[in-house]
Amino acid sequence: MAKKSIPRKTKSGKPAARRKAVKKHTPTPIVTNEELMEYYKGMLLMRRFEEKAGQMYGMGLIGGFCHLYIGQEAVVTGIQATLKEGDSVLTSYRDHAHMLACKIDPKLILAELTGRATGISKGKGGSMHMFSVEHGFYGGHGIVGAQVPIGAGLAFAHKYRKNDNVSVTYFGDGAVNQGQVYESFNMAKLWNLPVVFVIENNQYAMGTSIARSSSEVELFRRGESFKIKGECVDGMDVFAVREAAERAVAKCRAGDGPALLEMKTYRYRGHSMSDPAKYRSKEEVSKMRSEFDPIDQVKKRILEANILSEDELKVIDKDIKARVSEAADFAQNSAEPDPSELYTDVLVAE
Amino acid sequence: MSVEILLPAMSPTMTEGNIAKWTKKEGEKVSPGDVIAEIETDKAIMELETDEDGVLGKILIAEGSEGIAVGTLIAVILEDGESESVLDGITASVVSVQSVPPSAIAIEAHETIVKAPVMISPSEAVLPEGTGFSNMTVREALRDAMAEEMRLDDSVFVMGEEVAEYQGAYKVTQGLLQEFGEERVIDTPITEHGFAGLGVGAAMANLKPVVEFMTFNFAMQAIDQIVNSAAKTNYMSGGQIRCPIVFRGPNGAAARVGAQHSQNYASWYAHIPGLIVIAPYSAADCKGLLKAAIKNPNPVIFLENEITYGYSFDVPDMDDYTVPIGKASVVRSGSDVTLVAYSIGVKFALDAAEKLASDGIDAEVIDLRTIRPLDMETIIGSVKKTNRVVCVEEGWATCSVSSEISARLMEGAFDYLDAPVTRVTNEDVPMPYAANLEKLAVVNDDRIVSAAKAVCYKEEK
Repeated sequence: MAKKSIPRKTKSGKPAARRKAVKKHTPTPIVTNEELMEYYKGMLLMRRFEEKAGQMYGMGLIGGFCHLYIGQEAVVTGIQATLKEGDSVLTSYRDHAHMLACKIDPKLILAELTGRATGISKGKGGSMHMFSVEHGFYGGHGIVGAQVPIGAGLAFAHKYRKNDNVSVTYFGDGAVNQGQVYESFNMAKLWNLPVVFVIENNQYAMGTSIARSSSEVELFRRGESFKIKGECVDGMDVFAVREAAERAVAKCRAGDGPALLEMKTYRYRGHSMSDPAKYRSKEEVSKMRSEFDPIDQVKKRILEANILSEDELKVIDKDIKARVSEAADFAQNSAEPDPSELYTDVLVAE
Repeated sequence: MSVEILLPAMSPTMTEGNIAKWTKKEGEKVSPGDVIAEIETDKAIMELETDEDGVLGKILIAEGSEGIAVGTLIAVILEDGESESVLDGITASVVSVQSVPPSAIAIEAHETIVKAPVMISPSEAVLPEGTGFSNMTVREALRDAMAEEMRLDDSVFVMGEEVAEYQGAYKVTQGLLQEFGEERVIDTPITEHGFAGLGVGAAMANLKPVVEFMTFNFAMQAIDQIVNSAAKTNYMSGGQIRCPIVFRGPNGAAARVGAQHSQNYASWYAHIPGLIVIAPYSAADCKGLLKAAIKNPNPVIFLENEITYGYSFDVPDMDDYTVPIGKASVVRSGSDVTLVAYSIGVKFALDAAEKLASDGIDAEVIDLRTIRPLDMETIIGSVKKTNRVVCVEEGWATCSVSSEISARLMEGAFDYLDAPVTRVTNEDVPMPYAANLEKLAVVNDDRIVSAAKAVCYKEEK
């Protein structure tokens, strides 16, 4: 497969000269047909789910903030492929796809987005605040960067209990300028915590481009002062993501954590539903969609390898759409929380 | 000319020290920078250096002596060649207060408390018949509480700045590293926001961190993790994600440490649903409530007080002694006026009650012990008897715990009140450094006496 690099934008919108190219991963990793199909279906479910969430937001069924992951699907899909039972995952408020990657039922997520009693947080969390202990998903955090020390703490617990599980802590290019990220890097390296820090660099912290917000835009280097070696990865390519994650996760499981991965990715939609995204050109977005789309890249491989035909893939898409529609029906038809839920879960009864 | 060596104050709250060791002998030559003794303070063992050239002429306080007051003459250094006859008649004594460092003067008022604390019963909790008591400091009681819980539960660990090798900035974690090892007693970098968040993450994974803030002033760096992450996640997750963590450390004014290090955060944290806030006074309550806090499945803010660390109280000799969270304690029974206080405010209230008694006013004193949830039942029960309330708080009045009690009394006990609820608090200024101004800024027993007389409609003499 031909390797494509993602152009980094400057203030003028022209691609910047690169100091360091996105890491080449040759030879192309060996991928089974089953894996190809699994990633394809997984990413397509995320895409269709987010499209549905966008529609439901437009209909007033989802309130408040709603941050869509469309365009970034390869990152969480590739990383999740390297995890096992008992690992911990957490991220920011752009969390729907991470939950799907953790195999959480889309019905419970959409019901939470619509604020219903059947939602995963009983309707009390909303889009930004969702959790599932059962699936090792620890949020869903609404404060930019706050999940990073918490992720280090989950890793601390793995080390304390002497298991070989890891904590995967996702955060964006906006969070990398928060002080607590570096406080976490320092402690994680000082104590060799099994945490994989994953920077999802989608190029924009809300409306501010990376070039306008960061003195060092090569975010994989942000751990250097703490002796954490970082790696820059093509986050639009699920196989490149998986390969880098395998190394990072293995390092952490072996007691040699932490690890740092910068995923160069892109979100097609605005920061949240209320964002007109006037800070970037339509051409930039359409170029990313047409040339680097993570789902299209996998689809192309499936077709090239003659695993399935275009028509067969359409059937899969239809099935996934039906599954998402079913989840939307479930969410819309669920009752709102009982008023008695107002005062539950404030404190845990002893 | 001979030079007199006085025991210096080696910490803001040090009022006395122990002579751990004399590292120079009588007759030995000394030069500037030489360590002549090791002094054990309320916080650590410190080396005492000399600034003088000469000979250690006489040691007046023997090695191993304990409880030597700051300012005591402990040794004399002679100039080279000076006759030892100048030593005749010199004895150990506390030199005039003028030569005592200012910090020791400022805390002089507290000295009397250490010597003669107003003894109160360990708590109203029913103790088994024949329970014995041990006299111990608040500092020791807190340490014992952590050690006992760590023995009972492997998931309990302690982390914070200087908690391990240094033995605690205020010696509260003394000995824990030796007993439990570095995997469970963890020195952190100075990174409050980071380690508070890391502790929250560990708690979400069902460990039970006890996170020490060197003082709660520094916890403002971490308050987002406490409020947004620790307090709210159980609710936001529909009851899935627990956060069994204790944030503890000294709160409120110490002595002469100025505005940034002297603040009471009780009402800040008490404002937040999802947190439990505890601020005990006696050593027994400190022990019993810290144990209860560590066992509790919720995030707990445990506010200690640096000045009271050295106070001694009777603590029940019991296995697993705990005090219920959310229950105030009537620490002095009375019929004329109710003084409601917490933390060191209880000491001021008890002292005021003594003074009021000599003026014929019988004050009841309530130690809140827990700030959130507030035990209004105990307060209102007392109001039904006394019909008058003075709230006492070592902190600012605006939006304070006292304000909250006052509002709740309006709502819940208006018909029982014969006088307006009064607040006696610190002055509404950043804490000044100068000893005289600091004294003016902090609440004291005389102000409580005046307020109590006012609500009893008794004239000041």
